[in-house]
Amino acid sequence: MRNGNPDRATAKPAGRYAPWNAETAREIIAERQATPGALLPILHALQDEFGYIHREAVPLIGEMLNLTRAEVHGVVTFYHDFRHEPAARHLLKLCRAESCQARGSDALAARAMERLGVSFGETTPDGSVALDAVYCLGLCSVSPSAMFDGKIHARLDEAKLDRLLAEIDR
Amino acid sequence: MSGVRIYVPCDAAAVAVGADEVAAALAEAAVRSNAPVSIVRNGSRGLHWLEPMVEVETPAGRIAYGPVAASDADSVLNAALANGGDHRLRLGRPEDIPFFRNQTRLTFARCGVIDPRSLDDFRAHDGYKGLARALTIPPAAIVEEVAQSGLRGRGGAGFPTGVKWKTVADTRADQKYIVCNADEGDSGTFADRMIMEGDPFVLVEGMTIAAIAVGATQGYIYIRSEYPHAIAAMNEAILAARRAGMLGKSVAGSAYAFDIEVRVGAGAYVCGEETSLLDSIEGKRGVVRAKPPLPAHKGLFGKPTVVNNVLSLATVPLILEKGAAFYRDFGMGKSRGTMPIQLAGNIKYPGLYETAFGITLGELVDEIGGGTASGRPVRAVQVGGPLGAYFPRSLFHLPFDYEAFAAADGLIGHGGVVVFDDTVDMAKQARFAMEFCAIESCGKCTPCRVGSTRGVEVIDRIVRNENRAGNLALLEDLCHTMKFGSLCALGGFTPYPVMSALVHFPEDFGAPPRLQAAE
Repeated sequence: MRNGNPDRATAKPAGRYAPWNAETAREIIAERQATPGALLPILHALQDEFGYIHREAVPLIGEMLNLTRAEVHGVVTFYHDFRHEPAARHLLKLCRAESCQARGSDALAARAMERLGVSFGETTPDGSVALDAVYCLGLCSVSPSAMFDGKIHARLDEAKLDRLLAEIDR
Repeated sequence: MSGVRIYVPCDAAAVAVGADEVAAALAEAAVRSNAPVSIVRNGSRGLHWLEPMVEVETPAGRIAYGPVAASDADSVLNAALANGGDHRLRLGRPEDIPFFRNQTRLTFARCGVIDPRSLDDFRAHDGYKGLARALTIPPAAIVEEVAQSGLRGRGGAGFPTGVKWKTVADTRADQKYIVCNADEGDSGTFADRMIMEGDPFVLVEGMTIAAIAVGATQGYIYIRSEYPHAIAAMNEAILAARRAGMLGKSVAGSAYAFDIEVRVGAGAYVCGEETSLLDSIEGKRGVVRAKPPLPAHKGLFGKPTVVNNVLSLATVPLILEKGAAFYRDFGMGKSRGTMPIQLAGNIKYPGLYETAFGITLGELVDEIGGGTASGRPVRAVQVGGPLGAYFPRSLFHLPFDYEAFAAADGLIGHGGVVVFDDTVDMAKQARFAMEFCAIESCGKCTPCRVGSTRGVEVIDRIVRNENRAGNLALLEDLCHTMKFGSLCALGGFTPYPVMSALVHFPEDFGAPPRLQAAE
């Protein structure tokens, strides 16, 4: 069993997620149930499959791992990566940590927010794109950087950002 | 493999600026011109302003070109095939570029040189020689070798690695663990990522040596989810090592059993703190544990656990191979060996610079880094990530050394250096430090959880000139409380960027400059 899908934790391209299905979820959990400290690998796998952690997944995991709902809910909500609503068709993560700040990321973020009409942590009303802040992608030597649908981009400037935004089918 | 070997880095910093497209374009160009070429995806040499940097193997050594765009593929290929011939992007031998030539590459000796996917290439470049020696001496002698080398934790705390190992080795238990902290969340740092992507087997080897030394049989590498390329590279390397019998029930045919699993974080900065990292692997919220008990006594799943940073573990094979004295002879004071320093932010020559401790901040920023990329004057340099202090030019004489930085109310942390030019607003940077702490606080202790939010509010009042003198005093008091009252470095070190900004750049807060920076 591996949890090394490089696309994990990032949005897959539009429409790749399966609709919520409790039976599939049960299989995903069962496959990892015996792993020591199985909860994070399970949550990653569920989000990989469905694009978010469905609320019905919480009691299901609790039952299968012998945890309370509160314990599972606590973990799901502690980590920034786990989504509680279906994923947008695209995900744009802009780095807003110090190195990118030193190369003008604040202005790029303002431009993205203005173009999309949303702030960090929000999804456009038509569900086409979610804008997230990320605190460092480890691309500080080629700042500013972003991740768009799981693909990394660096040495961003207005033109490069605009090209990314143009990829969003609105 | 046949044909001329052409290297195109697979390091994320190169990929993010088009290395995949360059590799594809070179492959297509080779097909078009019917040239026998094999493209190797190496790690990065760390000269990141030149990425994507393409290298070709010639009888005179490797010749580099960079930064190469996909549209340059045909012309670069032609030049490359003419034994590394002329081109406007030709850089010559990478080893001769001053930024590279002046380094002391110990931990990063192989990074950018070898094919990170090839165990054979790793072995051909001295890989697994450290383990080979470790297998010929008693475990206690391995611990002693690491202790004698003076190696200290490269994650930031600088705790002597040998002492940590000895504590675990001396603790009796039915199960022990090696945990590699690859939750490299500090802005301005990327050395762990580069090693995992450019020389992953060295980490496998280092963890294996640690396991033998302390009697552990299971290892975990906790990698942050923001590093998908490193996750993939480590998973591949572990699989390859297992297939070759270098991990598993009998490591390299010995009586020792050891295996490794990658665990992926989920976007929580605080999980870089070792005890919250352990809780996260256990499947819990990443909440900091009170110490004692130390992880060395009661760590992962309550068992004795070595928790080491990627760079610490990646340096161990060399120490075993060449001996403690070889490594200890580099460095200054109590900071022995080399530090892979990461130059980032607004800097002309960003990248990875491994050198012996003792180099000054000014040499790093002005000489090696070439000043700012924007061409404007350097105003502030943050060293050690979001919890590190901001230094003004007047402290550029500081030598890179754990104790020297601590004495100047800062830290070297994981070795990240982020440069800002004179357009930076230091009150805004101080506010961001508090805001970041508020976002990332695990919530367990009050000074961090509540103090950070209050800190943002107080700085806002100072900037708005509401009772400025009173609020400046309040901010200092709050920082004092956070520094001494927090459970871990997140709340405890957030005062470093805040107070250093205030002490060294008071004018940005509307406060009169102090005659002498408080030291």
